[in-house]
Amino acid sequence: MKFIIAIIKPFRLDEVREALTSLGIAGMTVTEVKGFGRQKGQTEIYRGAEYTTNMVPKLKLEIAVGDDIAPQVVETIQAAANTDSIGDGKIFVLDLAAATRIRTGETGDTAL
Amino acid sequence: MKPLHKIGAVVGSTALSVFTAAHAWAATSAPAVAEVTETVTEAAAEVVPVVDKGDTAWMIMATVLVMTMIVPGLALFYGGLVRTKNMLSVLTQVIAVASLAMIIWVMYGYGLAFGGDANQFISTGKFFLAGVTADSTAATFSEGFQIPEFVFIAFQMTFAAITVALVIGGLVERMKFSALMVFAIVWLTIVYFPIAHMVWYAGATPETTGLLFDWGALDFAGGTVVHINAGISALVGAIILGKRLGYQKDVMAPHSLTMTLIGTGLLWVGWFGFNAGSALEANGSAGLALINTFVATAAGVLFWMLTEKAIGHQGSLLGACSGAIAGLVAVTPAAGNSGPFGAILLGAVTAVICCLFVMKVKPKLGIDDSLDAFGIHGLGGIVGSIGTAVTMLPALGGPGAEDYDMGGQLVIQIMAVGVAIVWAGVGSAIAFSVAKLVTGLRVAEEVEREGLDLGEHGERAYNY
Repeated sequence: MKFIIAIIKPFRLDEVREALTSLGIAGMTVTEVKGFGRQKGQTEIYRGAEYTTNMVPKLKLEIAVGDDIAPQVVETIQAAANTDSIGDGKIFVLDLAAATRIRTGETGDTAL
Repeated sequence: MKPLHKIGAVVGSTALSVFTAAHAWAATSAPAVAEVTETVTEAAAEVVPVVDKGDTAWMIMATVLVMTMIVPGLALFYGGLVRTKNMLSVLTQVIAVASLAMIIWVMYGYGLAFGGDANQFISTGKFFLAGVTADSTAATFSEGFQIPEFVFIAFQMTFAAITVALVIGGLVERMKFSALMVFAIVWLTIVYFPIAHMVWYAGATPETTGLLFDWGALDFAGGTVVHINAGISALVGAIILGKRLGYQKDVMAPHSLTMTLIGTGLLWVGWFGFNAGSALEANGSAGLALINTFVATAAGVLFWMLTEKAIGHQGSLLGACSGAIAGLVAVTPAAGNSGPFGAILLGAVTAVICCLFVMKVKPKLGIDDSLDAFGIHGLGGIVGSIGTAVTMLPALGGPGAEDYDMGGQLVIQIMAVGVAIVWAGVGSAIAFSVAKLVTGLRVAEEVEREGLDLGEHGERAYNY
């Protein structure tokens, strides 16, 4: 099993979700996050006070999938989240040691 | 009565014969009760004052409108500008000091400001509203027309309440709640009540008339009494208190400009009561103040945003809200002392000056007047009060007489502004020092870091 973490631009969420659904992905977790990379932050000005925020808002998607479809999932996210500009995000893939479905107690691939 | 002197309230009660005698005009009505010959001759010149129901209804409405400026208007305007962790403390401070001011006002504030003839700096009399009944009346600007004294007392009470609450703008996010309450008591007593008396009290003789009123200073609705007074006091407070931890290092962005916009709207609406209500009657003068309170504010909104654009920033919502307040502050002394186009000019000029000060000068001063109580109310009040000498000009559509002497009036306005600055500066320094001795001024460092909501009040503004 693989655990896929994708950091994407917030407005690409629907595209990514639709693309993953058509792949048969049954679920994912989405978190609002902030971070920095090569994309520059924003300058905010409130009367005389100027603040440069280096942290840019992004969404973090977490998806647990079987080994077989993991490469396809990565490809799909990459295509759906891509806008061809700095700040489009990153995709990380980790090995997933175990998974348990809380309701039934099923473990492994069947729990996904 | 000359429009020039439409600047303040002449207070009397039916029991005070001094006033009725002073206001005597054409012998049109004789008293019902015949007296001995000599007194009949004197009384024949008296006018039986009328309490007009329209005036009374309007003044009750105006009083309630000013209340909406305080809670929730000013509370939300200021609250939106602080960080989430201090939102509730600002709301609490505003409602608490305003409430304190109301209680003090009926105990001795009204007595010190408008209670009766004493000298040019203070009134004495009517403490605990002694002798005031539902039948007591206060004079308006039209001879023969009066309003119930309780209405006048309540209207003026809201002015005291909002002025002390305005000072909070220089003190947020670091001052102890207890210190603020002590400060408010001392400050109202030695700063607000005397200045209100000096600007608005007309006594029987020049020696008992308020100093600035006697000079002929124009202040329709409180440019000196409310705005210069609060702005200077906030500046002094910001200096004595010191900067917030992390000032000009940490991000201290407003937590909700949505709240600030709601507050701005409520302040603008309430300000119609404040300015048009200061006519004390439902008449043309109130109408003039009404239109001026619309257009000067609108000019303030636009010219603040244009100034932002001109100095290389984007036009912002906070700029629009700040410009609205600058315009409102500027038109306060000029409300009934200006034509609509004079008011537009005044609002525009004030917004440009305040914007440049707040955006360019203040960051270099290193004084943490956190919400720009000085930059907008103090400076705007000064520009508005001095500018009122200009807006009076008939050439600008102002209500000044044909022979209106602008130069002379300008000198009087500048002198009045000077008195207000010095009085408020010295008085507020004393008031803050007393508070420091009694309670200490600042919260502990960890309270300031955690936020005053939890540290001072044991609550959060938002639980989600």
